[in-house]
Amino acid sequence: MNGKDVQSLTAIVVCIIAAACFPFIADGYWMSIGVTAMMYMALATSWALFSGPTHYISLATAAFFGIGGYLVGTGMSDYDLSFWLMMAISAVVATVLAALIGLATLRLSGVYFVIFTLGLAEMIRNLVSWVQNNFLGSRGLYVLTDFTDADIYWMLLTVAAAVYLLGWLINRSRLGFALRIIGNDETVARHVGINTAWSKVLLFMTTGFFAAIVGAIIAPRYSYIEPNLVFKPELSFLVVIMALLGGAHRLWGPIVGVIPFTLLWEAISISFPNYTTLLLGLAFLLIVYFIPRGLIGLIEDLVERSRA
Amino acid sequence: MTTGSPLLTVRNVTKRFGGLVAVNDMTFDVKEHEVMGIIGPNGSGKTTMMNLISGALPVTSGAIDMRGHLLSQAPTHEIARLGVARTFQLVRVLPGLSVIENVMAGAVFGHRRRWGNEARFFAEALLERIGLGAHRHQPVSSLTYIDQKRLEIARALAGEPAVLLLDEWLAGLNPTELQIGMDLVASLRGEGRTVILVEHVMDAIRSLCDRCVVMNSGRKIAEGAPEDVLSDAEVIRAYLGDE
Repeated sequence: MNGKDVQSLTAIVVCIIAAACFPFIADGYWMSIGVTAMMYMALATSWALFSGPTHYISLATAAFFGIGGYLVGTGMSDYDLSFWLMMAISAVVATVLAALIGLATLRLSGVYFVIFTLGLAEMIRNLVSWVQNNFLGSRGLYVLTDFTDADIYWMLLTVAAAVYLLGWLINRSRLGFALRIIGNDETVARHVGINTAWSKVLLFMTTGFFAAIVGAIIAPRYSYIEPNLVFKPELSFLVVIMALLGGAHRLWGPIVGVIPFTLLWEAISISFPNYTTLLLGLAFLLIVYFIPRGLIGLIEDLVERSRA
Repeated sequence: MTTGSPLLTVRNVTKRFGGLVAVNDMTFDVKEHEVMGIIGPNGSGKTTMMNLISGALPVTSGAIDMRGHLLSQAPTHEIARLGVARTFQLVRVLPGLSVIENVMAGAVFGHRRRWGNEARFFAEALLERIGLGAHRHQPVSSLTYIDQKRLEIARALAGEPAVLLLDEWLAGLNPTELQIGMDLVASLRGEGRTVILVEHVMDAIRSLCDRCVVMNSGRKIAEGAPEDVLSDAEVIRAYLGDE
């Protein structure tokens, strides 16, 4: 550990403490936006752990997130199991599912991988809906807890911090270096001795694990859980857009993207509730076209130019 | 040139792509500290043979063995770890990484694995040795073609492989660069490295190879010292056709 490491770790801890103080100054409205933003921070950062270095764009976030939310709903509502137990179970289920998806998609790259993950997430949503309606009765699932918005916020902050620290450690490890090489040229990666399959699947499992935990934590906020709500594909796209807006090539990039986009999305949802999908697509186009390396890339380019 | 015991043995190796037999019942040995050339006309299966040894492609039948490890059964990354490193016919550098990081990729994951400062110092020494020391922190896109090719060799050497595969490494170089390139391969030979090279440049084959295997239509048609095989009637016919 050198001086630079101590510096960056100190910065991380200061940011976490500052973020932890937010509930003390925020009113109900801002608290609710804070919870949403913190949820996306955890999701987008964990998404970028895998997709940032490897450039494999996954649209399966909603599947893992949905597993978290749905299992907490079913467990608490139908089987009287505890929130914590269901959160743990959902994390395990999502991790196993991520491993299976990872193994199944090893030979897919580019757009095929994107389509596969999107299709799979949709399939899971429909499957869960079908099982729910035909076998478990169509009555809703209620998640009743004593958690306040602040409690949920702090739990999400804990997850986001864990994801961030894990990402920080990975970036400094052989695994992180391997992922960057895979993102550059997978053939070369194999020929220099990298077990590309293992590296990719391991990271994909990590993103699945964290997305499920986030889905589980946020479930009490909805109170009433329904498969089509927690498995909503829009979430997968929002996570990708936020990560790209910030810049997925840096660990802190997604966080930079989450705050402005959460606010923008909040404004859009209030002012143009009927055009959200249209505006989502438009935002996607604008970001990919004008700032392909995200806000961070934009800043890096400006710094580069001012030096030259 | 003193040569040791066989390091790599290729036995009855065949590779089919559907109905096409690209490599047909190839058998040869590569001895330790030897530079062996695989030559032959275009489409004779040389690069496929290299891809079979490095594990880029699985063999259809036959066996490739190195020091008791069956390479023909191992996944690509495992073959690299066992000590087979390669360059590519169309140069493949890692564009998003700096020059030094490209070399570290080989040092961190290759045959002899290093990490942290050890990997960095080793990569720096290699870059210095190969003549790219001054470029170490540049992006690879700023390198000339020959320098990218050198970088590829440095990456391959960084894992301290038991055998180095050079697939038409000299192709596409201008006369000055060609001389630099040949000197580099000659210096690897001087270090006693085991090298298999696929090459079209006859000067390079004559001056660099201890031994040659000549392929035509996937088969071995000759094997021996470069001057002998290049004057072999069947080899001349394969290259130039019948009179």
